[in-house]
Amino acid sequence: MGSQGGWGQSKEFLDLVKSIGEARSKAEEDRIILREIETLKRRIAEPDVPRRKMKEYLIRLVYVEMLGHDASFGYIHAVKMTHDDSLLLKRTGYLAVTLFLNEDHDLIILIVNTIQKDLRSDNYLVVCAALTAVCKLINEETIPAVLPQVVELLGHSKEAVRKKAVLALHRFYQRAPNSVSHLISNFRKRLCDNDPGVMGATLCPLFDLIKEDINSYKDLVVSFVSILKQVAERRLPKTYDYHQMPAPFIQIKLLKILALLGSGDKQASGHMYTVLGDIFRKVEPSSNIGNAVLYECICCVSSIYPSPKLLETAVDATSRFLKSDSHNLKYMGIDALGRLIKINPDIAEEHQLAVIDCLEDPDDTLKRKTFELLYKMTKSSNVEVIVDRMIDYMISINDNHYKTEIASRCVELAEQFAPSNQWFIQVFEHAGDLVNVRVAHNLMRLIAEGFGEDDEGADSQLRSSAVDSYLRILGEPKLPSVFLQVICWVLGEYGTADGKYSASYIIGKLCDVAEAHSTDDTVKCQSLIDELSASHSTDLQQRAYELQALLGLDSQAVESVMPLDASCEDIEIDKNLSFLDNFVIQSIEKGARPYIPENERSGMFNIGNFRSQYQHEASSHSLRFEAYELPKPSPPPTVAQVAFPLPTTDLVQVPEQTYPRETNQTSNLPSATDASSADFGVKLRLEGVQRKWGRPTYSSPSASSSSSTQKTANGATHLDGGGTASSQTRDSFHDSRRQQAEVSAEKQKLAASLFGASTAKSEKRQPSTHKTPKGISTSTEKPAVKGAISSSEPPKEKTLPSSPPPDLLDLGEPTPASIPSMDPFKHLEGLLGPTSAPSAIDHSSAAGPKAPDLMALYTDASPAGVSSSSLNPALADIYTVNKNSHETANVAAMKKGPNFQDSLQKDATARQVGVTPTGNNPNLFRDLLG
Amino acid sequence: MILTRGPKLCNFVEWKGLKAVYRRYASLYFCMCIDADDNELEILEIIHHFVEILDRYFGSVCELDLIFNFHKAYYILDEILIAGELQESSKKTVARLIAAQDSLVETAKEQASSISNMIAQATK
Repeated sequence: MGSQGGWGQSKEFLDLVKSIGEARSKAEEDRIILREIETLKRRIAEPDVPRRKMKEYLIRLVYVEMLGHDASFGYIHAVKMTHDDSLLLKRTGYLAVTLFLNEDHDLIILIVNTIQKDLRSDNYLVVCAALTAVCKLINEETIPAVLPQVVELLGHSKEAVRKKAVLALHRFYQRAPNSVSHLISNFRKRLCDNDPGVMGATLCPLFDLIKEDINSYKDLVVSFVSILKQVAERRLPKTYDYHQMPAPFIQIKLLKILALLGSGDKQASGHMYTVLGDIFRKVEPSSNIGNAVLYECICCVSSIYPSPKLLETAVDATSRFLKSDSHNLKYMGIDALGRLIKINPDIAEEHQLAVIDCLEDPDDTLKRKTFELLYKMTKSSNVEVIVDRMIDYMISINDNHYKTEIASRCVELAEQFAPSNQWFIQVFEHAGDLVNVRVAHNLMRLIAEGFGEDDEGADSQLRSSAVDSYLRILGEPKLPSVFLQVICWVLGEYGTADGKYSASYIIGKLCDVAEAHSTDDTVKCQSLIDELSASHSTDLQQRAYELQALLGLDSQAVESVMPLDASCEDIEIDKNLSFLDNFVIQSIEKGARPYIPENERSGMFNIGNFRSQYQHEASSHSLRFEAYELPKPSPPPTVAQVAFPLPTTDLVQVPEQTYPRETNQTSNLPSATDASSADFGVKLRLEGVQRKWGRPTYSSPSASSSSSTQKTANGATHLDGGGTASSQTRDSFHDSRRQQAEVSAEKQKLAASLFGASTAKSEKRQPSTHKTPKGISTSTEKPAVKGAISSSEPPKEKTLPSSPPPDLLDLGEPTPASIPSMDPFKHLEGLLGPTSAPSAIDHSSAAGPKAPDLMALYTDASPAGVSSSSLNPALADIYTVNKNSHETANVAAMKKGPNFQDSLQKDATARQVGVTPTGNNPNLFRDLLG
Repeated sequence: MILTRGPKLCNFVEWKGLKAVYRRYASLYFCMCIDADDNELEILEIIHHFVEILDRYFGSVCELDLIFNFHKAYYILDEILIAGELQESSKKTVARLIAAQDSLVETAKEQASSISNMIAQATK
């Protein structure tokens, strides 16, 4: 308060600030400000305002603007004030201008002149003020106006000016890299400036430059290293110390630059090792700034050509971060870990516990960072757990931006590793319309094309599982539009493919959808189209309506022209489809109608004609479903190419030509469509068809068309091979699989399951690296000591623990030791009792007789957590026959096969090997957290 | 967004691909928005650096100092950060520059007051 006298403002201003401070509500504040604006407007407009008064008005204007009101009436006065001779007023003017104007403001041009003058000033403080303004105001167009002067100032006698000139040039570089490209040598020169401040400032532009073009600065590595060395040895003036650290900000900048320069360059990195080691040793880890430098060192070490010794130091530092109580440090630790695992994925294992802790942390930022880390360390063995966690988290948040991000990550992971329909469904369900449309298309393509491998069976399995699950969720009241489209499409394409559901059932469902979502045109249209495409291949009856309503084609003719290549529609709705909707539903209700005779060939050509006409039109449409083949279990020789009426205004003509020729039955329809043609339009494109006709008019030969033809062949062979039978057997197999998967899904609820995955990894690696992670040992031991479940489970499999290699037993000891005295079954029962974890219940109920085995396995794996992978076969022996087969299959499937079945098996494997911790960790966490 | 965060959480908030780093001094929050690949701890320290300089300049700075002299805080900030980069990490240098500018201000003030004195006397 003592400084009050020195504030030097008028009473008016003090009162203003005070009243704002005391304002109770935003409305009151607004009132005060509006009054102030009025006052200022009046005062400023007065003639001959004293300059000192004007300065205060300007400051008050800035204040007004800061509170979110418009003070544009005073901008011009701010500009005028920059012309003032007095430095004080000039600076106020510059300050106001830089705060008021953005770089594209019209008034900028008025200031450039002043700036030019000021840059020539004798008073270095004036020059400084001008340079500060330059950094903020000069845009790309005005750079040339001041550039020569700024360059000149690089040689100014005052270091403050040199420094600002360097940064101004940096700013120019950021704005327009080309404008200063010829001046880069100047930066190099400034690096050798006598003043450390200038040198430090020069590092900023150099960092940016090096980021762009690493190779032309390799020669500077030695200089940077020597500068860093000097800094670390406290050769800089004491004033640069910060919390007893020698010039930490300069160190950090240098480390960043070195990280760039040393990345992937063994020789350059070699220069850095010593100094990095020095810094690691000298840094004071108790202060915040020390940790900042430490973190930068870790980043640098993880970026340059790896040196084992430094890496070890970096890992140590990281683990110190992770173990710290400070959330900030944990956050940095997670980030550092993410960098280090790029070099050596094993590092993560040591810190499993810490990572899980962060994941469970209430701090949202930390959680997100941890998800980022998990995303980086995802492998086929832990992908399920991670994606599950991500989805769970995604459901829980309502920040749209992050939701979208995490959804796309989920999808990416799901595509990359093992696509499980469930994930997509969940992602869609919860992220809904936030998901990029592209994702939907990828999903459809995935389902349609399978995984590009030769395993048709797995593809059809995926499809049928998709159909199953989509049918199940179709009944839910609120589904995002994009997802509904996918569902409809999948049902239409593959709903009847495996013979489980009749076409009419599917169509009924789709009609329901169409009715339920009558407000959503896109979805509706999609479902209708799919209705048709579903029906025409399997249901002659249905086809009759469509032919009646639309265009009729002889099935033989169609077949000869395009075997099994239907449903390549490209659709677009204008708006109102209600007419069509009613009509189709009505006709379905009415029942079968006669079928249309033989004058089709001409009709065919008509289709061809208008198709080619609309091809380019269609290509510009927003909604596109690219061509996919339709591998159906060869139904009657039917596949008809069904064209929707195409009554956009310009379309009308074509149908008119066509229909009359067709039949008398259709003749009444065109008129109807004509009548309402203005209201709706459906355009349809059948890609891949033209090619077969060899029409030169084929206008949009997108990649999809070629792929669709290829696939056609593919689908055909698949069909020949009696795919139906095999897919059915697979189906039953798959069902049992699925059950298991569901059981496990329950288990994965808890964070610990992540462990499961990573422990699984570690188990495999254990034999080679003897640095047994401490995290594991604690995770296995703790449950044994504390968790009743874990200790009671093992007895069943008591034979097993003896099988692990002896050297590992010491870690696993606690568990087996505690067991023998207990009666296994009693414990099991106790487990399933009311106190037991939900997961346990689930096993028993869902997996039935398998449950004991499974559970035993889990517990078993806790000692196994320490054991080698040799345990795996041993486990397999104990399994039931059914399981056994899985197990062996798993081993075979260990190779990364991106298909559904494999993924399931992989999942099972991971569970069998690594599940253990999954089962135990919940308790662990309860213990830790509770 | 920041205000809702509890005291023990970390001082970073991720927001649309950027990060906000904040630091609280009593009831005052200092906040910086940074790129995703910046060193958050360093930013925290830059904030602190700024606050230390403010402190030195105002002599145990308080909220009111900043409210009434926000333009001076801006001047100081201009000396520390330019175009998003740390310009000067030496407190002494910053202090010297600001002092140099202020001495000009003072002389200007003296002139002004002497002028007004003269006017006052003349009008008497």
